[in-house]
Amino acid sequence: MSTVDVHSGRSTSDGPATPGGPHGPRRTTGRAGGLLDPATLARSLPAALAKLDPRHMVRNPVMFVVEVGSVVTTVLAVVDPSVFAWVIAVWLWITAIFANLAEAVAESRGKAQADSLRRARTDVTARLLVDDTAGERAVPGTELTVGDRVVCEAGDTIPGDGEVVEGVASVDESAITGESAPVIREAGGDRSAVTGGTRVLSDRIVVRITTRPGETFLDKMIGLVEGASRQKTPNEIALNILLAGLTIVFLLTIAALQPMAVYSHARQSVIVLCALLVCLIPTTIGALLSAIGIAGMDRLVQRNVLALSGRAVEAAGDVSTLLLDKTGTITMGARQASEFVPVGGCDPERLASAAQLASLADETPEGRSVVVYAKERYGLRGREVTDAHFVPFSAETRMSGVDLPDGTQVRKGAAAAVMHWVRQGGGEVPDGTSAAVDAVSGTGGTPLLVATRPAGGTAEVQGVIHLKDVVKEGMADRFGELRRMGIRTVMITGDNPLTAAAIAEEAGVDDYLAEAKPEDKLALIRKEQEGGHLVAMTGDGTNDAPALAQADVGVAMNTGTMAAKEAGNMVDLDSNPTKLIEIVEIGKQLLITRGALTTFSVANDVAKYFAIIPAMFASVFPGLDRLNVMQLHSSTSAIASAVIFNAIIIVLLVPLAMRGVKYRARSAASLLRRNVLIYGLGGIVVPFVGIKLIDLLVSHIPGLG
Amino acid sequence: MTIVRTGWIRQHVAALRILVVLTVILGLGYPVATWAVGQVLFRNHAQGSPVESDGRVVGSRLIGQNFTGAAWFHPRASLAGAKGYAAGGDGADGSGGSNLGPSNPELVKAIRARRAAVARENGVAPTQVPPDAVTASASGLDPDISPEYAAIQVNRVAKARNVPAADVRRLVERYTYGRQLGVLGDPHVNVLELNLAVAKLG
Amino acid sequence: MNPTLAAVLSVGLLVAALVVVHRPLGSYLARVYSGTTHLRVERLLYRLSGVDGDGEQRWPAYLRSVLAFSAVSVLLLYGLQRVQHWLPLSLGRQNVAPDMSWNTAASFVTNTNWQSYSGEQVMGHLVQMAGLAVQNFVSAAVGLAVAVALIRGLARSRTDRLGNFWVDLTRGSLRVLLPLAFVAAVVLVGFGAVQNFTHGFDAHTVQGATQHIPGGPVASQESIKELGTNGGGFYNANSAHPFENPTSFTNLFEVFLILLIPFSLPYAFGRMVGDRRQGYAVVAAMAVICLGAVVASGVVEAHHPGAAPTAAGASMEGKETRFGVLASSLFSVGTTMTSTGAVDSWHDSYTALGGGVTLFDMHLGEVTPGGVGSGLYGALVLAVLAVFLAGLMVGRTPEYLGKRIGAREMKLVGLYILVMPATVLVFTGIAVVTKMGTSSILNPGPHGLSEILYAYTSAANNNGSAFGGLSANTMFYNVTTGLSVLIGRFVPIVFVLALAGSLAKQQKVPASAGTMPTHTPLFTVLFVGVILIVAGLTFLPALALGPLAEGLA
Repeated sequence: MSTVDVHSGRSTSDGPATPGGPHGPRRTTGRAGGLLDPATLARSLPAALAKLDPRHMVRNPVMFVVEVGSVVTTVLAVVDPSVFAWVIAVWLWITAIFANLAEAVAESRGKAQADSLRRARTDVTARLLVDDTAGERAVPGTELTVGDRVVCEAGDTIPGDGEVVEGVASVDESAITGESAPVIREAGGDRSAVTGGTRVLSDRIVVRITTRPGETFLDKMIGLVEGASRQKTPNEIALNILLAGLTIVFLLTIAALQPMAVYSHARQSVIVLCALLVCLIPTTIGALLSAIGIAGMDRLVQRNVLALSGRAVEAAGDVSTLLLDKTGTITMGARQASEFVPVGGCDPERLASAAQLASLADETPEGRSVVVYAKERYGLRGREVTDAHFVPFSAETRMSGVDLPDGTQVRKGAAAAVMHWVRQGGGEVPDGTSAAVDAVSGTGGTPLLVATRPAGGTAEVQGVIHLKDVVKEGMADRFGELRRMGIRTVMITGDNPLTAAAIAEEAGVDDYLAEAKPEDKLALIRKEQEGGHLVAMTGDGTNDAPALAQADVGVAMNTGTMAAKEAGNMVDLDSNPTKLIEIVEIGKQLLITRGALTTFSVANDVAKYFAIIPAMFASVFPGLDRLNVMQLHSSTSAIASAVIFNAIIIVLLVPLAMRGVKYRARSAASLLRRNVLIYGLGGIVVPFVGIKLIDLLVSHIPGLG
Repeated sequence: MTIVRTGWIRQHVAALRILVVLTVILGLGYPVATWAVGQVLFRNHAQGSPVESDGRVVGSRLIGQNFTGAAWFHPRASLAGAKGYAAGGDGADGSGGSNLGPSNPELVKAIRARRAAVARENGVAPTQVPPDAVTASASGLDPDISPEYAAIQVNRVAKARNVPAADVRRLVERYTYGRQLGVLGDPHVNVLELNLAVAKLG
Repeated sequence: MNPTLAAVLSVGLLVAALVVVHRPLGSYLARVYSGTTHLRVERLLYRLSGVDGDGEQRWPAYLRSVLAFSAVSVLLLYGLQRVQHWLPLSLGRQNVAPDMSWNTAASFVTNTNWQSYSGEQVMGHLVQMAGLAVQNFVSAAVGLAVAVALIRGLARSRTDRLGNFWVDLTRGSLRVLLPLAFVAAVVLVGFGAVQNFTHGFDAHTVQGATQHIPGGPVASQESIKELGTNGGGFYNANSAHPFENPTSFTNLFEVFLILLIPFSLPYAFGRMVGDRRQGYAVVAAMAVICLGAVVASGVVEAHHPGAAPTAAGASMEGKETRFGVLASSLFSVGTTMTSTGAVDSWHDSYTALGGGVTLFDMHLGEVTPGGVGSGLYGALVLAVLAVFLAGLMVGRTPEYLGKRIGAREMKLVGLYILVMPATVLVFTGIAVVTKMGTSSILNPGPHGLSEILYAYTSAANNNGSAFGGLSANTMFYNVTTGLSVLIGRFVPIVFVLALAGSLAKQQKVPASAGTMPTHTPLFTVLFVGVILIVAGLTFLPALALGPLAEGLA
């Protein structure tokens, strides 16, 4: 194990401002409570009415049937007007409009975001570099082609997606990420990607354009949040098939009912049959299905994640293996002092003091952590040492330290280097030293040896600083949660197996891949997938791209390279790797919401039958009035109440569809129990109450009572 | 030999061949084997449970036959179509029931008529007439009546034959079969056996 | 003993017997269909028929074999009836009329065994045993084969092979049905069922009349008729005929035979998919619904509401004395819950609600436990639907036994579920408003509607029992019920085998805490809910105008 790279830990400073918290900054906060506010509904109403276009409606078979029913009943109401006919016709229209309203409300939320993104795309003039003369020419951003090189200086808006090929600059990406702190973009390496619409704050860079205008990341984002490029996801398609199937069954049921009614001398009016049909087909879920999908994507956007396909969001719910990079995701990214181990009979206080002295000038996170640890654990205040000579770390000496004005030298560094220094200074390395160093290494920590040499004296080993990868707070709990959700976590690290095992144990991950090279990651993903698992991972580097592409859910960090972003199917604008866990939850929530509302919708039919069947036939077969368990006022009020309930429940459930059914990290069995109880049993009971209440109201309407 | 990729015709030819072979095994071999075992173990049953009286086959223990007149226990109504013995047929070649529905006025009428007739015939109150006496059986060949129906016929039969009612009642008890295994079905009286025994009383 | 207590105990006896045998029989079934070695007689049979017993088939090939075998079966059975007069053992009976032959052939090949003929008047012994009884065996074996193919689809992964239909058919016939049927037939003879090849005998009755007592290979046909959930009676009176069902013991025994394979197959399913609890969850749902219907039927029949039963003092019209009301009602539920269609009493004469129970039993789609094989594959399709609905509620793409339920699977499930209601509702709708349909009705009012609804429900579900008052031997009914049985049998099989093929291809998703468990009581409850709601919502309006209108009056 190398103990050298104390100072070369990978910096994560270009990550988000809150690396510790699992929740990144939110662009917007959930406003689910305000979803039903009249202003929102009124704003969406024109869009909802426009969606009554049959060409739009036909894509949703359930609601298309409702619209056809509305037309038929309206015609009949015109031909043979009655209060009942008009009530039914109007409420069938309202049912169709409510469904469109749900979709329109969901879309309007995306539109607001799209508008703010569009502002960043305002016409940009690009400064195109002309190869031969090295001069530049101003061209509209929309005329750039792939391979063009453009110059951007402080104040310029980058005209398109590309790669920095020259220079380094700080860039304001707030238009996309909503994060105001500037980020560094430089030629070469993993921080070379720039996004069109972002602004250069300082310095000068040359950008090679990699994406055609109109297909840039910003364009894609706008399309996504607007829902313009929304395609039906596999599960949505499957559910649609089921809903279409149920609709056909009920169409048949109603179609066959009339001949049977005729046989029974109880011929029904077409209006009543239309009402029954609309009540039976799964309008609740049919109306809300697309809103649920849009809202699911929207919830991701609110967490600053862009899913490039709805399929990925669904897959997130199915993920059973999560690959997490150790650094920055599981651990803080920098090692921290966690213990001082004196050797050779050294007094711990003295060791602490020496360690702190040696680190005073060490501005690395590790160095600072030694100062802090000495202060917190041993009460040693940071001392202001004047006239001291600080010895910086160098690759040759592999040590750093301080030479005090009194001539005392303090050093800390790699064990071998410090031992060498001690021997050179005439000192001896006590017997226990190697053992203490190995003990620290053995637990996955990084040992730093501390030694002092008084002026003119012999050098003396004081002890070992135990630097440790610190696991972020609460990680073990989160992994426990994931385990209960049936998700296995695998930690990916470049560390040796020993270190990896120790951290894996502490963090509570299920498995780890040590000394991982990018191709190992890819192989691991393939292996998991062959076993039937769905794999999610995050990545940012170009060498992550193949693995990101292979993973079922590949979340690229926005700070990452273009290659990574193109390979993945989601981009996290906050570049917070922990967010994978939230993404999984959102995916699950999306599916749960669909399932819950489908169950609710189908369960509702029971009560509607009890309302409508007696209403239709009790006049001919009085015995059937025993099915009128709700004691509805009259046959017309019963049918109208069922239809009205059917329409109103759609609007009442819009907030649930938008917000999603509350998800808790629990086992599938306990989730199922809870949701079946609420949406299955609830779906049976609620309409009995609702229809009865509506009946109490509408029975006062003259002509219905 | 492989059928997996052969054409349409070959597939049907193979299907026909396998069906013919299975027909030989299942359609000929199996019933013959069952018959052979039946002949050895349960010869009488396999033949149709014939009942002999005075060296003459008088019927099958399992197949109801019509009895009329005061001196005999009467079976249930048989409505096995044209062959039902209510229609003057012998029943056995045309099993079946009335198929009249529970709210069919025709059935209600028939039940009332039977109730009145049975009550009159046996000199009991109409309320004493048990359900099986006023309904038609499923097979039209029901060999049994309920012990209750037998009970209300005892006095009539005894009187007609001029024998003590107690003797007849004892015979009824003898030919009353309880529930099989103590719980299966309903207790019932085999009419043919009872009538043959009654005939011997004189 | 109190009749209710006796009935409860006899149901207990039945349940106990099924509990005892379902494991050994289920294990045996699993072994039969998983084994790789052929019996000598089977090898001979394959050689004689020219089929390869070792190759496995993809689902389209499996399906083509099912259809080819069934098509040939229909033709052969049709032909046999049309020429029976010239065959041995015909008892001199005439060739069967074309429309009746067609109807009977379609009906027996599809395991429906709807009978528009009266056995003792129309069919000779040879047609009965070499035609009808053979189809009793092989149509059940086809059902088993399709069920096993679906199980393989669930159990296997990353393959396009579902097994070999010819092998499955042969094993089902020879290793499963034949030995069981033989033992059962001997038991039936032991209790009085007839088994001979004669015309019967003439008896000289006590009162001097001549009574013809019929003969025939009855016991051998009776046992496979129940065991294969076929239901086509040797005689017109079916299992009410004392020669088919001589005592109350044989009555319970026949119900046991009816339920034997359908209730054992889920155990085989559990074994074949490597998790017996999965089988128990399925069988529990079947048992709950089935027992519920037994209780419901028993209660209404015992209380005998309705004009005629009230006038008679009991619901005894169309019931045999030796069975009584409750044993008959048990049989009626057993037969309608299993697509058997044998009857020991006339459902048409049941109380309106008791008859309604038999009708609703079939509306459930014959999956609780359903016919031999067909019950399980139907139940598994509905399980997939239950999984889809409930599975979403745990936040994953729904999966059953590790197989994801995607668009293709849902399409097949949706189509499967559509077939039966579509067939029943369309034909019923036509029949109730046409003279051809209504002129066959025997009973007036809502009951007439029930008769027609029952006919098509029975046909499309391959049950075969009838509200016998309907004169079904007309051109109209022979043709439409014949079409219904074919649609109701083979169209779903197409979807089931396609589903099996689609499932077999998938890699299994390993189970984890995030997987919706399908072996728990909660799943059973859900499964029951889905079965009841799907059927209930589809048929409630029709039931309201039939049995409910009559029964609640």
